[in-house]
Amino acid sequence: MTDQANVTEKVIEIIAEQAVLEPSDVSVDMSLEDVGIDSLGLVECIFAIEEAFDISVPFNANDPQESDFDISSVASIVTGVEQLIREQKS
Amino acid sequence: MKRVVITGAGTINALGHDVPSTFEAMREGRCGIGPLDIRDVDRLGIKIGGQVHGYEPEERFNRQQIALYDRYTQFTLIAAEEAIQQSGIRFEGELAATSGVILGTSGGGLTTQDENYRAVYEEGKNRVHPFVVPKLMNNAACSHVSMQYNIKGPSFTVASACASSNHAMAQAFSFVRSGMAPVMVTGGSESMLCFGGIKAWEGLRVMSKDACRPFSATRNGMVQGEGAGIFVFEEFEHAKARGAEILAEVVGYAMSSDAADIVMPSKQGAARAISGALKNSGLNKSDVGYINAHGTGTAANDKTESAAVADVFGTHADKLMMSSTKSMHGHLIGGTGAVELLACIMALKDGIIAPTIGYEEPDPECALDVVPNVAREAKVKAALSNAFAFGGLNAVLALQKF
Repeated sequence: MTDQANVTEKVIEIIAEQAVLEPSDVSVDMSLEDVGIDSLGLVECIFAIEEAFDISVPFNANDPQESDFDISSVASIVTGVEQLIREQKS
Repeated sequence: MKRVVITGAGTINALGHDVPSTFEAMREGRCGIGPLDIRDVDRLGIKIGGQVHGYEPEERFNRQQIALYDRYTQFTLIAAEEAIQQSGIRFEGELAATSGVILGTSGGGLTTQDENYRAVYEEGKNRVHPFVVPKLMNNAACSHVSMQYNIKGPSFTVASACASSNHAMAQAFSFVRSGMAPVMVTGGSESMLCFGGIKAWEGLRVMSKDACRPFSATRNGMVQGEGAGIFVFEEFEHAKARGAEILAEVVGYAMSSDAADIVMPSKQGAARAISGALKNSGLNKSDVGYINAHGTGTAANDKTESAAVADVFGTHADKLMMSSTKSMHGHLIGGTGAVELLACIMALKDGIIAPTIGYEEPDPECALDVVPNVAREAKVKAALSNAFAFGGLNAVLALQKF
């Protein structure tokens, strides 16, 4: 589950489930706002990502912009997850 | 309508084991938040809290009592003893039959739940102590106060998360004001600083790992606390007749529901509760010199609360002081309004405004006088105490100098 295609696929699956969409409706260039995920949904996504990849995501809901984890788009989340997997699984 | 006065106050919290030591800490802007000393703290991401230190249950209660008293009940009884002793009231005859106890808590006997879930799930035990249920129930503290002091009138527990104590005290106030009860013992208690209690909050990702800095641009979340605050609310003529010392007068309250979001606060809901409390108490905006803020130190609460206060008070918002004592004692969740009422009493009675400590940098979205870092002397005629809970349930109390 650590190669790029699989990470992207899994992250999209998590986000789509949270947004009550089909994975095919979610593309990597979309923002969470585009897919209709609010702040509470975001916290749930992060939890699901942590569980799926067995990683810990540095994210504080008080100030998402200031967190080390970039949530500006699906692609940035995938990049962040890949980096965390490298750091935390090595 | 009857007038309602406070004739007794008691507390135990991270700042002190009684009211005088808590007032002293608030005057000095002391921080009661520090490293948590609890089981399995190494498995927590959040390792700080406003914990009550230097407290040994065995020094206050006997073995049979400890078997029945969860930590939140112990805190309640310690605070109730101080309040009722100060008030000098004795509940006998008709007074006992008509007086009641209304308390707030959110988690109730959470420590008992945590310990016993551990026993059955983690340690695989198949037997628990026979008193688990009467120890963990949310009305246990209320019932023990009523039993200990022979208080036999309307008594129950209120749960509205972070507004529990304010809802409880507002309800107690209205019982006395309406003439239904001559005296009500009220306030709230919480002891959520156990592994499960903190782990659950961690999940929400609104907790700070280092400090509670309400209204500061550098704020990064809330910090939990524990303890209790208990008060004696008494009908004025009754208090006067027995020559009781009066700490402050409670003059009104309002409650509102955002009916919007389970966690995000609403400016309109908060503003309706604040303006409602002014209307209910008959206070003018210009009478209010101090507001004890809900001020959790989260991004969302502090800017929403500041905006609500600015909306309600208009130009007077720049003249009043609003501090969050959570920066010192942490967020006592269901007990928080009760401990924070002490800051209102100190402002009205002693003319000392408790500061918002940990304040580092102004936030243009929280541009009120938050009494940063250092307590201030000021004559205050009236004060409000805000509480805005998860679930959008709000309760604001109004007090005035007696």
